[in-house]
Amino acid sequence: MNEPLSKDAVAHIARLARLELGEEELSRFAGQLSAVLEHVEAIQKLDTADVLPTSHPFELVNVLRDDERAACLPREAVLAAAPATEGGRFRVPRILGEAP
Amino acid sequence: MSETEAFAGGALQIAARVRSGELSARAVTEAALEEIAASEPLLHCFNTITAELALAGADAVDAKVLAGEDPGPLAGVPIALKDNLCTKGVPTTCSSRILQGWRPPYDATVVARLSAAGAVSVGKTNLDEFAMGSSTETSATGPTRNPWDPSRVPGGSSGGSAAAVAAGLVPLALGSDTGGSIRQPAALCGVVGLKPTYGLVSRYGLVAFASSLDQIGPFALTLADAAMTLQVIAGHDERDSTSLTHPVADFATELKRGVEGLRVGVVADFLSEASGSCAAAVRQAADALADAGALVREVAIPELLHGLSAYYLIAPAEASSNLARYDGVRYGLRVDGDDVQAMNARTRSAGFGDEVKRRIMLGTYVLSAGYYDAYYAQAQRVRTVILQSFARAYEDCDVLLAPTTPSVAFPIGAKTADPLEMYLSDLFTIPTNLAGHPALSVPFALGEDGLPVGVQVLAPALGEGQMLRAGAALEAVAAPGARGPVRPQLGGPMAGVAK
Repeated sequence: MNEPLSKDAVAHIARLARLELGEEELSRFAGQLSAVLEHVEAIQKLDTADVLPTSHPFELVNVLRDDERAACLPREAVLAAAPATEGGRFRVPRILGEAP
Repeated sequence: MSETEAFAGGALQIAARVRSGELSARAVTEAALEEIAASEPLLHCFNTITAELALAGADAVDAKVLAGEDPGPLAGVPIALKDNLCTKGVPTTCSSRILQGWRPPYDATVVARLSAAGAVSVGKTNLDEFAMGSSTETSATGPTRNPWDPSRVPGGSSGGSAAAVAAGLVPLALGSDTGGSIRQPAALCGVVGLKPTYGLVSRYGLVAFASSLDQIGPFALTLADAAMTLQVIAGHDERDSTSLTHPVADFATELKRGVEGLRVGVVADFLSEASGSCAAAVRQAADALADAGALVREVAIPELLHGLSAYYLIAPAEASSNLARYDGVRYGLRVDGDDVQAMNARTRSAGFGDEVKRRIMLGTYVLSAGYYDAYYAQAQRVRTVILQSFARAYEDCDVLLAPTTPSVAFPIGAKTADPLEMYLSDLFTIPTNLAGHPALSVPFALGEDGLPVGVQVLAPALGEGQMLRAGAALEAVAAPGARGPVRPQLGGPMAGVAK
């Protein structure tokens, strides 16, 4: 059986998932996620050596269309839902670090 | 007019009376809105009630009838929409703080098709946050209560839609089903719930949870109403690249074909995992189908029991990717931070509830370097095994019969502290989603504490016709009082208390 998730491991996953968790959440999620992983690990014992993975119930084909102009959503209708906009664009906090 | 008079005979009857001019869409809509408002303090089926829009929509239907134009096959029928379906200009929250107040700039394809068919949307129903849950308790707006016994859950994730139909607030509702989110609440609320073949109904405008599993479908009190709703929403849509291009069958015709000679397999592996009344209902259903001329036998498909584990790796993996879009930039909540990464993390931590966080983390973990093969890739191989085992079963069977749920509706709060225990509610519904097949829950019997029990009919891809044939035979012999509407009251089961 695999090791239960530690609080540190949960903190690392949370960082990858862009979540900030408090101490209480880290402990609780470590226990709950470990319990789920312990249950689902049963499938690791199944012999699937000759089985190909399925990502989608049916075979996917590319959907193509002629490269013709078509109407899209009006810019102002889309921007109206954004938390902050400026000059017809989404406004976000600083992305890059301070200039040296 | 009382709501009971207006709704008599279900959706098809309402539409027939509105089309003939005998009944106005406005009167039906007003009756539904009144009933919804009265029920809301007890049941909380709705996140948003769109009274003004509904009345305007009803008036437009009445105007068409007056003008002699065709108002559509669902003319004047009130319908409730799960709050993860985009509605232009109307809040679409997924019962999450992160989307509170968001008004989509477009309608989901199913919403547009229902409206074109004359249906009148009355509001957006409560769900487990982002459809992640089996009880509607993970909703940021509070739980929906089961109209049969308000101390119990309605199931989930489409609990608001199921409860609204079960309580007789609306004759029709839409839900979405990723691992059982239509069929499980339908069973726990004593209504019909139908999950169509993956790709039969466009997902355009359905807020994505697990894109290879999600599918929209109807709730109704009768199979005929559910079949008509499916007829309206099914069919190719160029805005969903996974939408099938096959011609759509005529479901009303299929419903009347009977089950003479239909080959039915009872999934033996599920019976031992279900409670007394849920297993007994399947055995009674099998006998009833045999009496009606079907060829019934037991089949062993033990691989299906691995579906739950595969699902709880695949669905969170897809969810962790789909929910990356909630970053505080383009819509919904933003909690400011010094830089964009801090803003992202603070927004997501404040906006998502516990269950959504758990699934995002589970998905992130099983996709991460070093764990991908052991968890995610293995789950995808088990998905293949499940598809192959279904294919073998369908060599000798046209449909399969199984319990929908392991038990009747459980008390509110009973499983919230133990996510794994909650996940086990989906044991019998999940394999269908992994395979992309259709399945149906029919209200069939009364079980423990007088609560409703559903029987599930499964079929291979695009087997909706044979699935409806079997379902109709079960509906014809279902226990009296096993389906809604029920008049909800505090303090005990409402079994059999029909309006």
